Amino acid sequence: MSKDAAFRWFPMPLHSLLMLVIWLMLNGSLSLGHVLLGSLLAMVIPWLCAPLQMPQPGHFKPFRAIRYILMVLVDVVIANVQVAILVLGPEKRLKPAFVAVPLDISGALPITVLASTVTMTPGTVSADVSEDRKWLYVHVLNLEGTEEELVEQIKSRYEQGVREIFAC
Amino acid sequence: MLEWAIYLVTAMLCVALLLNLWRLLIGPQIADRILALDTMYINSIALILLYGIHSGTKLYFEAALLIAMLGFVSTVAFCKYLLRGDIIE
Amino acid sequence: MNFWIELLVSVLLVFGGLFVLVGSIGLVRLKDFYMRLHAPTKATTLGLGGILLASMVSISYQQGYMSIHELLITLFLLITAPVTAHILAKVAMHHRLKQIERTSNAHYVDRAREQRPPKDAE
Repeated sequence: MSKDAAFRWFPMPLHSLLMLVIWLMLNGSLSLGHVLLGSLLAMVIPWLCAPLQMPQPGHFKPFRAIRYILMVLVDVVIANVQVAILVLGPEKRLKPAFVAVPLDISGALPITVLASTVTMTPGTVSADVSEDRKWLYVHVLNLEGTEEELVEQIKSRYEQGVREIFAC
Repeated sequence: MLEWAIYLVTAMLCVALLLNLWRLLIGPQIADRILALDTMYINSIALILLYGIHSGTKLYFEAALLIAMLGFVSTVAFCKYLLRGDIIE
Repeated sequence: MNFWIELLVSVLLVFGGLFVLVGSIGLVRLKDFYMRLHAPTKATTLGLGGILLASMVSISYQQGYMSIHELLITLFLLITAPVTAHILAKVAMHHRLKQIERTSNAHYVDRAREQRPPKDAE
């Protein structure tokens, strides 16, 4: 089978695999029937959805992604405790702020991943992206230190990680 | 011990749901009400799972998953309507 | 049930319940919408994660095999919570909701609402 034919039958190979895994998790079994039905669905659904696909950056490094996800999960748990203390503490002490973070990465998917990470890490919620995709607006619950420090922290800790995953 | 933990957490979740209901009622803006409703969805998922642990069955899992999905879709639909005045463009 | 598993499930449950409660307290207590957005999106998601983990351990122990259903809900919520927060923030900007006085850089809201960069290019 040539590459084009393979592409026509499996337009999204990673998605197909993910769909099969989720189908098996949903049914909680590894029996032959579920594997066959899941494989069928994993073939037919991407085939139907292929015209909706948007071009994504070609490079994707799964191991870096797993490392990044683990790092973010640890950050979420640690920093959530801090936000819980902030929420329960005196309300007058909070210093909310809007911050504009300049983006060095490009492409819809990397920016989406970065914005989601910024939202999940406590203290910050990403609010919007400028039209030219060069600025990410972030709302901060309690701004300690200066704006530049926060921007530096987001850039060095999360943007760097996203850039390593997508190699862009 | 697990029995007591379940009762304690049920009480916590009920208080949380009441607080959400309070925010849902007083507003003041429509965005606040949507946020309160979204939080209520998540808290009710927690309550259902807690009942699942209490009775030791997996039956309630599907209900929790359905609430999670419908809650997300309805929140996004509300927001989309507020942003554009239309849901499907 | 084994004492240690019971202890683990109880600790996870109480941890999760506390975070869900903190999220709802924040929803009622904080002063403006942008600040209120922080509490439910994050604390509640983490709290629910704790409860789901407890459910996973408990059901796996009782049924005698690994139950990974609950991971699906956790995964789903981790993916959807940022989307909800983001679109709600967009709605708040679109409707020009007031932020409290001491918010710094409040002028960014107008720029962000029209998706313009913070400074005009020269």
